[in-house]
Amino acid sequence: MQFFDQIGGLLQTAVELGLISSITVLALFLSYSMLNICDLSTDGCFTFGAAVGAVVAISGHPYLSILAAMGAGALSGLVTAILQTKMGINSLLSGIIVNTGLFSIIMVVMGERPLLNMNFTDTVFTKMKELLKDTFLGQYHKIIVALIAVILVVVFLSVFLRTKLGLAIRATGNNPDMVKSSSINPAFTTIVGLCISGSFTALSGCLLAQYQKSVSSDLGSGRVTIALASLLIGGIFLMKQSRITGRAIFSVVGALIFQMVYTVALRFNMPAYMLKLVSAVIVIIAISAPYLKKKFPEFKRSFLHGRYLSKLRTENDTGDKKDA
Amino acid sequence: MLKITKITKVFNKGTVDAKLALDNVSVDIKKGDFVSIIGANGAGKSTLFNAIAGSFYTDSGTIELDGRDITLAPEHKRAKQIGRLFQDPLKGTAPGMTIEENLALAAGKGGWLSLLSKKDHAEFREKLSLLEMGLEDRMQHPVGLLSGGQRQALTLMMATYNTPKLLLLDEHTAALDPATAEKVLRITNSIIEENGITCLMVTHNMSTALELGNRTLMMDNGKIIYDVEGEKRSKLTISDLMKLFKEASGKVLDNDRMLLS
Repeated sequence: MQFFDQIGGLLQTAVELGLISSITVLALFLSYSMLNICDLSTDGCFTFGAAVGAVVAISGHPYLSILAAMGAGALSGLVTAILQTKMGINSLLSGIIVNTGLFSIIMVVMGERPLLNMNFTDTVFTKMKELLKDTFLGQYHKIIVALIAVILVVVFLSVFLRTKLGLAIRATGNNPDMVKSSSINPAFTTIVGLCISGSFTALSGCLLAQYQKSVSSDLGSGRVTIALASLLIGGIFLMKQSRITGRAIFSVVGALIFQMVYTVALRFNMPAYMLKLVSAVIVIIAISAPYLKKKFPEFKRSFLHGRYLSKLRTENDTGDKKDA
Repeated sequence: MLKITKITKVFNKGTVDAKLALDNVSVDIKKGDFVSIIGANGAGKSTLFNAIAGSFYTDSGTIELDGRDITLAPEHKRAKQIGRLFQDPLKGTAPGMTIEENLALAAGKGGWLSLLSKKDHAEFREKLSLLEMGLEDRMQHPVGLLSGGQRQALTLMMATYNTPKLLLLDEHTAALDPATAEKVLRITNSIIEENGITCLMVTHNMSTALELGNRTLMMDNGKIIYDVEGEKRSKLTISDLMKLFKEASGKVLDNDRMLLS
């Protein structure tokens, strides 16, 4: 019985963490899949949201902390977007620059401490725990909080991406020229898109911090790769004609699968620091696989051609000897 | 309607590659005119379109549309009044989005946060059926699945959805097979005539240039070297055009595409 309890507990933790990190994946779904921008400020934005959320929660406002974190994330997204749309900085580079700059700002927010503790702080998780204290849902309060957040974000995205502004944002990633000819400024749609995705990334960071009751200044490091890996894993299950809602839901599924695999790997004594290598390898495979698959016939052709040539050569060689 | 006064554009200014792409071009297009523009490659036809649409600012001169100075208006603002089609059918539509979503963007109805209504859907359906390509039954398909001709026809529909003051057609049928090209041209002509749109059309096809529209411009080396309309134009033949070009520019029009068509 103890074994099953252990597995159940493990599974529950994996789902909780998976749901929380799936919000970052949904942010990337907006910036990477829709806007076609690889937003490398994700790491910094995640920690920024966590730090701002933690400071506000510690000061006694657990609900306000969520809004504050999202506002901070939107601000970070705004800066990244302005750098690339109004100041001629390459989109990858502007993400890296914002990421670097945020590190200092995070230290300021956290009062120059590398770690903030929230052991005795009221958070959205403790509030939910109080609310469900005497019900059978009590032990699931963390999943419920995470699930509510994920559902709200998915519903928001699936409605928003069908509005005129949402369509314009999708078209910006698809064909920016066409956006211009529809009398819409692609700089504007990029800014709006990155602000929203930034606020989701920060929300995800804020929830993770409150979940584990602490923030460290390196909480977000490697998040962009992990989220990208989850997004691409989710993409494997997509049909060609999947609609927006389906694609958003599969992004969440991708995050859950990633977290499960990671949890299982930890269970089999994989050291925790291997997570980042694993996520890096997954991203490499997921992005390069379609390319290599397309290239495979060429490899095969050149291999066969080489064999054919060498066969010709050996035949000629023997022929020459006969003549001699 | 469209009044262009002495516009000049130099590419790669101040380098050895400097090219005078538009040389003091002035032209006055009247409301409802359908103007065909011909000229050899590099004559400045597309540059003229880019200048009008606002892809770049000209170095000097002014552009007025319907009495309003648009010389320094940004491209996306001009797009409200200027529709444009390119040679490449991929340019005007978003391939990953459905036909309906593309049309919704072009129609640009409602506020930023408005969703498509049933009424919009019915309206798009009706408009698409005018193309006679069966697109009205494929409204939920991604545009990327359409053929070049279908995409170009759809782009045309999108560019003229809210009747523009000016339509720029930059060899918009050149990448299509002859039968499709003719169909797209026919649709183009009927949309223009029905809505009385003022239109400029670049073409490499001399007979199209003389058949369609009411005025023809010939460009060479960044200048408009010949401008003809009315009765004089209706008497022109393709060989007349070739001769005129030779006289005006001192060169022979050596483009096979122009000779053969």
